[in-house]
Amino acid sequence: MGTFVQQVFNGLTVGGIYALIALGYTMVYGVMRLINFAHGDLCILGAFIGLTLLSGAAGSGHPGVALLLLAFVLAIAVVAAAGVLLEFVAYRPLRRADRLAAVVSALGASVLIENGIMIVWGPNVHVFPSGLLPETVWHVAGAAITFVQVLIILASVVLMAALYVFVHHTKFGTAIRAAAIDQDTARLMGINVNRVIVTVFVVGPALGAIGGLFVGVYYREAYFTMGWVYGLYAFIAAILGGIGNIPGAMLGGVLLGLFNAFAAGYISSSWQDAITFALLIGILLVRPTGLLGERVAEKV
Amino acid sequence: MSLLAIDDLRVSYGEIEALRGVSLSVEAGEVVTILGANGAGKTTLMRAVSGLLGKRGGQIAFDGQDITRAGADRIVRLGVTQAPEGRRVFGTLSVLENLRLGGFTRPGAEVRASIEQAYEMFPRLRERSAQLAGTLSGGEQQMLAIARALVGRPKLLLLDEPSLGLAPIIVQAIFRSLRQIADSGVTILLVEQNARSALKLADRGYVLEVGRIVLDGRADTLLASPEVQAAYLGKGHAPG
Repeated sequence: MGTFVQQVFNGLTVGGIYALIALGYTMVYGVMRLINFAHGDLCILGAFIGLTLLSGAAGSGHPGVALLLLAFVLAIAVVAAAGVLLEFVAYRPLRRADRLAAVVSALGASVLIENGIMIVWGPNVHVFPSGLLPETVWHVAGAAITFVQVLIILASVVLMAALYVFVHHTKFGTAIRAAAIDQDTARLMGINVNRVIVTVFVVGPALGAIGGLFVGVYYREAYFTMGWVYGLYAFIAAILGGIGNIPGAMLGGVLLGLFNAFAAGYISSSWQDAITFALLIGILLVRPTGLLGERVAEKV
Repeated sequence: MSLLAIDDLRVSYGEIEALRGVSLSVEAGEVVTILGANGAGKTTLMRAVSGLLGKRGGQIAFDGQDITRAGADRIVRLGVTQAPEGRRVFGTLSVLENLRLGGFTRPGAEVRASIEQAYEMFPRLRERSAQLAGTLSGGEQQMLAIARALVGRPKLLLLDEPSLGLAPIIVQAIFRSLRQIADSGVTILLVEQNARSALKLADRGYVLEVGRIVLDGRADTLLASPEVQAAYLGKGHAPG
C-alpha cells in the first residue's frame, strides 16, 4: 500500500511536468502540423534562467517562495520571447515550403538552443540551491509526500485547467481551435492566423518553461542536454494522448508519469524506460492515433 | 461607385493562369451570379476576393477601398464574408461555436442578435446548436455555412456553390433562403453550377470560361440567351 501511494504521487508529479511540456508540442502541431523539436530545449532554457536567478539570490535572505515566484516569471518571459523569435526566424519563412524543410529547421533550432545553453552555462551539471522551499514531508498511508510534489501537482492542475478554459471557453481560444481545423476557413472568419500562431508560440513555451523549471526544482539539477531527455518524454506523452489534442497531451503526460513511476517502483528503476516504452508501443498498436487523437493520419 | 469593382484580375497557380484578366462589378443591393463550368476559375475568383490568394495583376476595390493586397481578416472587417465551396464548417466544433466564429470580428451583443436571426431563418440550426457541425447533414452544413457568413454582418456575401452535392428539395430551400437574404438588403455574389436557379435569383450574371468573362448581362437576358441555354441549361442542342 505504501509503495502504491508513493508511486501514485511520484507519477503524478512527473506526469504533471510531462503534461506541461507536452502541451507545447501538441498546440504547435495542432495549428501548424509541425513538431517543434526545439520545444524541449526551450523548456530547459527556462530551468537555467530560473537556476541563475535562484543561485544568485540564494542566501540573500529573501523568502524562498518569493524568489521562486520571481524565477518563474522571468523564465516564462524569456522562454515565451524565445518561442516567438523561434517561430519568426525558423518556421515562418518555411511556412509554404516542404514539410521536411520545417522539420530540419526544427532540429537545427534544437541543436542551436542546446549548444547556446552549453556556451552560456557550461557543460557541467548544475545543482539547484536548497532551502528555497519548505522541506515539509507528509506521511500518507505509508508514503512520504514532499511539499515540492504537492506544489508541482497543484500548479499543473491549475495551469491545465486555465488552458482548457482559455481554449474552450474564450473567443480567441475558439479561434485557435478553428485555425487548427482549417486555416483558410479560419481566415474567412476574419481570424488573423498569424496572431494565432504567435499565441501558440507564447502559450506553449510559457507552460514549457514552468515545466522545465519544475524539472530543475524537483530533481534539483540542470544540464544542457536535459531538453532532449524531457522533451522526448513530453513528446511521447503528446503522441500517447493523440498529438494535436490538448486534453490528450494532459492525459498522456499524466499516464506516462504514472507508468514511469510504477515501473520504477514495482519492477526496477533501471528497466523503467524500457517498460514504459513497451507499454507505449502496445497502446499505439491498438490506437495508432493516440488515446484521444482522431485526425493524425489525415494530414501528416 | 460599385460596391465591388474587379479590374483585369490575374491569378496564377505556379505556371497555370487561373484568372486571365477578369473584370466585373457588383452594385450595392444587387445579386450577381457567376456561371461557369468546372475549372473555369469561379472558386479562384472567390478566394481571391476574400484575400486567400495572391494576385499576379489587376485590382479589386471594395466600397471604394483598394483591397487587392489586403489580408483576409481585413477584408472580413470591411464587410465581405464568404460561405466557401464545400461548406467547410468546423466539423469538430459545435454549431453554436461555428456561428460565433462567423462573428469573430463583430461585437458580442451584435453577434448574439445575429445568431438569433440566423436561427429564425434556419430553425434546424437552433435545434442542433450544441451538436458538432461535422455530424450535420449536407444541407444543414450548407445552412450553417451561410448562417455563419451572415453572422459577420456582410455588406457583400460571397457564396461559392451553395447547391453543391445537395438533393433538389434542399437546393430549393437554400435558394428560398438566399432570396430572403437578398430581400433583406445584403448584396450577394453567387457562384453556381445550377445556372437556372442562380439566374432566377440574380439581377445580373457573368459567364466565366477558362479564366475569362465571355458573356455578361441581365439575368433574364442570360436565361433566354441561346449560348447560356446550350452550355449551362442543357437546352437547345442542335439536332444531329
